Order: sequence, then structure tokens, then C-alpha cells
Amino acid sequence: MNIPAELKYARTHEWARVEADGTVTVGITDHAQEALGDIVFLELPDVGRRVKAGEECAVVESVKAASDIYAPVGGEIVAANLDAVDAPETVNQDAYATWLFRIRPDEASALDGLLDAAGYARVAEEA
Amino acid sequence: MGNRTPLYASHVAAGAKIVDFAGWDMPIHYGSQLNEHHAVRADAGMFDVSHMLAIDLEGVESTGWLRALLANDVRKLGLPGKALYSCMLREDGGVIDDLIVYFLSPTRFRIVVNAGTAAKDLQWMQDHAAGSDLRLTPRRDLAMIAVQGPRARDRCWDAFPASRSATQALAPFQGTETGGWFVARTGYTGEDGFELTLPAEEAAGAWQALAAAGVRPCGLGARDTLRLEAGMNLYGQDMDETVSPLESGLAWTVDLRDPDRRFVGRRALESAAPARELVGLVLEDKGVLRAHQRIFTDRGPGETTSGSYAPTLERSIAFARVPAGCRPGETVQVEIRDKRLTARVVRPPFARHGKALV
Repeated sequence: MNIPAELKYARTHEWARVEADGTVTVGITDHAQEALGDIVFLELPDVGRRVKAGEECAVVESVKAASDIYAPVGGEIVAANLDAVDAPETVNQDAYATWLFRIRPDEASALDGLLDAAGYARVAEEA
Repeated sequence: MGNRTPLYASHVAAGAKIVDFAGWDMPIHYGSQLNEHHAVRADAGMFDVSHMLAIDLEGVESTGWLRALLANDVRKLGLPGKALYSCMLREDGGVIDDLIVYFLSPTRFRIVVNAGTAAKDLQWMQDHAAGSDLRLTPRRDLAMIAVQGPRARDRCWDAFPASRSATQALAPFQGTETGGWFVARTGYTGEDGFELTLPAEEAAGAWQALAAAGVRPCGLGARDTLRLEAGMNLYGQDMDETVSPLESGLAWTVDLRDPDRRFVGRRALESAAPARELVGLVLEDKGVLRAHQRIFTDRGPGETTSGSYAPTLERSIAFARVPAGCRPGETVQVEIRDKRLTARVVRPPFARHGKALV
């Protein structure tokens, strides 16, 4: 299973990365894209929207089904990846290179509640 | 563990993702549903449809019995091997199942029914055959492989050269018995091809030979998007016992021409004009149509029954049951999550023979 050690993970199969400016970049895991199958549509949050940790804020639709994406941390949406909206299949091709949105977290410690790679590997194996 | 077809081990060996379908462990895809879909539109793919049930009917009363049982009229089947699509109805006009019936001889037919309804269908048929000399034989000893796509027949002949002479002249919707197999030029994808019915013990070898001839294994996922694009209904989703064929886009399969043919459900169909109809939708906005989304029309609400991203059209399509009187070209609103999006009403099919029609 492809689970990069440098990222943090939510139990709901999002990955998160803290950037140098303190914002958090979010995408879905390789395990999640594999389970969804061919992805054909993304609905991303508007920039400026405030989200709580665990709140539904995006939708990834594969040929099979629609799947909600949850904000791994609370804060303000500061960017959405419109290139990915135009080419949803890039999520299948590289789920870690294809980010979905960025959040400016309300608290710097917001990522503490997320899983590390080993912790997520256990979650993904059970799924 | 669910029921397994004679090809289960072949699917697992080919890397299939297996899901439950009507109590059967079936392949949903072998890696990419999209690539499987495109293979069928552009070349050739194969589907294990052995979960469906073939029921053989024998007896001198067969024709008359089927004419009373089915909404379509088997009397239009003149040539041996000819196939007919029909609904089997309840007295109230609700659809028990949709099926294909093959005319083999005036005293012998083969009926192919859906997997999820097979037990119910067989019981219904046996009840209606009680007291007659008819014999109904479920054929779980057979496997069925649908080979579909513009190059499907050529690749079948590459895999099984001996079958060519018997099957080369088959017209669409026509089948023939050859070498212990039944080969029919039928399918559920909107493409040319054959459906092979063969002894279960020969299925894995046939599957392997077809793969070696360049036919791509395809799962139920691609089967669903292909049939939806082709404008073909799925039982249990687009129609069931609560709706009539006239409310399901299937009026063309109900044959009312012979006034003396009193088939089960006829009185109900003739007693009132249908209040609803099944139409095709193409989403104009961005998003994906799915089953059970709410529809808003000028004449009242409706609901999608099947919906998907359509790989051939690269947009989203659906069937929707709406108040009768919708015109192709008019637009309706579809509720998707918290938004109302615009969809255009079209007359299915959406795609045939590799080409978009809408």
C-alpha cells in the first residue's frame, strides 16, 4: 500500500500536509482512489468557506459512486485545485500529487489529532 | 460467500474486484471500469453472465402458453433461433421480470431471465404451467458469456474457428445451436456481438481462448454504463413489480395487435393511460446523475431510476420516471445534494455502435 511517511492522515481517507506558510494541503489517499475506481467528477469547496474538522466539504465521484470528503482540520479554505476539477482522472494517476484544497487552520496544533502513516495503514487494512 | 459461476476462478486469476450481485459473487471490474467500457465500444470485451438463468421449455402447447404469459408475442418468431425481448407481467400490469425468449422449434423454447428474479420467475412459470404437459427445466448446468464490440464476432471466430460456418450468417437477434453450444447475435451493450451459452465445464477454457484472441474481460460496472448508454432498462432499477412496461419505456415490447391474445396483465394495461413515463436525461451542468435523484418538471416531480457518468459521451446521463407528456428537448431540474441542476430530456438510446446519439 502506498502511504507516504511524511504525510498525516484522517480515518476518512484524506491525507494532509503542512506547508511552509502554515496552510494544510488536503487530498485523498491512494487506498481511497483505488477503492473508488475511475474518478470522473470533483466538487471542491469555495475559497473563503469556513469548515470545522470532520465537516463534509468536497465530493469525489467515480463512475461507481459519489463519496464525501471531510476537512481533516478546522479553518478557512484558501485554495481549491481547479486543474484537478478539469482532469479528475489525475487523482487516480497520483493521489498524493493531486491535491484537492488547502485550509488555513484555526490552530497550529490542529494536525495533532491525525494519524501517522503507520496508524493509517492499520485503518486502510481494516477497510 | 455467495453463489459462484463456473468462471469465478477465472475472474479471481484475472485480478477482478468481486462484489455481491443478487446473491452472486461477480466481478465489478478487473482494474478499470472505464477502460473496459471503451474496449467494448472500440474493439471487444466479454462478460460472464452465467448468473442469469436459462430455462428450457418443451411441449406441444409451448407457443400458446408463452402467448398467454408474455407481453410480447412469440408468434412473431418465425425462424428457429430467433430471439424476442419481453416483459412478464402480473395481473395488475407490474413487471415480474424482463427476459429473452429464443424460439428453437414449435415445441421448444429457451427463456433467459435475470439472476435476482430467477427463483420467482421459475415459480411463476411453474404455477402457470400446472396441469399442462409443458416441461420447464432450469439449466444451471450451463454457463453464459457475452462477447460484445465491433470486433467481437471476428475475435470469437479467431478463438473458435469451427464455429464460424454456423454463425457467420446469423442476423441480429438470431441464434443457432452448434457443437453443443448455443450462439446468438444478441447483447446488452448497444454493440454487435455474440452471447455464448455452453456447458459449465467448458466455460473456463472458452474464456481463456477468448482472452487469448484479444477479448478483454469486463465486469458488471462496464456492463451497467454500456447498457445505460444503449438505452436498455435494468430490472429492479428502471422497472419492477410496482410499475407497468408502459411507464418504463417498454411500450414497444407490448404487443396488443391480436385482440384475442389475452396475456397476463393485458387488461390492466388497457384500462388506463399511463400517468408516468420513463425518459432519458442528459445533464447540461457539471455533475453526475445517479439513481433516486429528485426531478422537477413543469408537470410535477419525478425521480431518476438509473444514472451515471457516460464514458462514450463524456457527460452524465440518466433514465427518469416523470409525469407523462415530456418532450425531447425540454429541460428539467435535477436535485443533486444541495443544488438544482439542468438536464435535457432525450429519447434513448444515448449511444449505439460506438457513436454518441445525443
